[in-house]
Amino acid sequence: MDNAKWSFGFTMMIVGMGGTFLTLWILSLVMDLLKKVFPLAAKAAGDDKK
Amino acid sequence: MLDTVVQGLSGLGAGTSYLFTSGGPNVVMLLIAATLLYLGVKKEVEPLLLVPIGFGCMLVNIPLSDLMDTGGLLRILYDMGISNELFPLLIFVGIGAMIDFGALLENPKMLLFGAAGQFGIFLTLLLALALGFPALEAVSIAVIGACDGPTAIYVASQYAPQLLAPISVAAYSYMALVPIIQPPIMRALTTPKERVIKMAPIKRSVSTTTKLLFPIVVTLVTGLLAPKGLPLMGTIMLGNFMRECGVVARLTKASENEIANIVTLFLGLAIGGTMEGHAFLKPQTLMIFGMGFIAICTDTVAGVLFGKLVCKLTKGKVNPLIGAAGISAFPMAARVVQAQGQLYDKKNHLLMHAAGVNTGGQIGSVVAAAVMLSVLKGMGLI
Repeated sequence: MDNAKWSFGFTMMIVGMGGTFLTLWILSLVMDLLKKVFPLAAKAAGDDKK
Repeated sequence: MLDTVVQGLSGLGAGTSYLFTSGGPNVVMLLIAATLLYLGVKKEVEPLLLVPIGFGCMLVNIPLSDLMDTGGLLRILYDMGISNELFPLLIFVGIGAMIDFGALLENPKMLLFGAAGQFGIFLTLLLALALGFPALEAVSIAVIGACDGPTAIYVASQYAPQLLAPISVAAYSYMALVPIIQPPIMRALTTPKERVIKMAPIKRSVSTTTKLLFPIVVTLVTGLLAPKGLPLMGTIMLGNFMRECGVVARLTKASENEIANIVTLFLGLAIGGTMEGHAFLKPQTLMIFGMGFIAICTDTVAGVLFGKLVCKLTKGKVNPLIGAAGISAFPMAARVVQAQGQLYDKKNHLLMHAAGVNTGGQIGSVVAAAVMLSVLKGMGLI
């Protein structure tokens, strides 16, 4: 495999895998934030326990 | 008069004579079509797809049939929804309408398992490049590792349409084989002690508002970070938003039933139509199947190893088996994790945790494809 292909492959691997992790990590933070801003109402949680 | 009759009769026998003179590849493909139909009907391996794919494959390989020529039935279906990526995107609307992301929202960190489960994509990309495939073909082959049929079709139809048939058949076949491929890897990479780890039950903590805003926020964030994948994420999240908002029940039901069923039929037939013998029977088809297998094995290895890492970091609170569910095959991978967990402890219920990871894998596979396409765009390759 020539240098250009190696360079393409490793760029895709590092940026691609890194980008996937980063995007999903950001999403998980946003989801946590959503849960904090819009918590489950006490009544609904109580109903769930019953 | 006699000449005309003879000419007419020769037209009737042309197909048979072609089959016996230069129809070798057609015969092989008819056998492959029979195998696909057998697997779909008798073994119930992804029957909703393998049956139309097998039948389409049979139709296109009957000698001198013109179903894939301009104006032919299969060509019309192909142009209608494969070459312009419409069918996989419509299927995504249906998938979004079917999936409940509640288990993932209960523990958003599970999304990281969905990232680990995509490692096979990138390793397979390197492998495909090493085997001599051009960059865009290598990317399309690697997406088999997303373990996500519509995503594989979406990418292949855009960037390697000549490989669409083997890529889509490999993607759906391996998705169906997840219950066979994953367990030996899961057992090989975990200790008996790890396999019986019980995880804390999931408490309901997600409000309706959060569930409603989730698809909008995911669309915005992924659209901003990886815009080339927006059609994929946008459609899956549209389906999910319709499900969660609760005011368009008719559209939601249509998306997950009528539309998904019709599109699945058209998609399967059109893919079968691309399995023409002379184009399909090449050494690279076998290579694609081999790389697809490696991709899915690597996804599982990476997921379970990530699970082991999280298990160590949380001091044994996470069962590493759930890492295997970080692929997109939903809900099959989650069920495999549950079955493996119960094999060693009947009272161990990992299903909800695995379902969270599995929906994370669904998002992860789309994000991985979106990121790859955006990186390719950044490099000026597409």
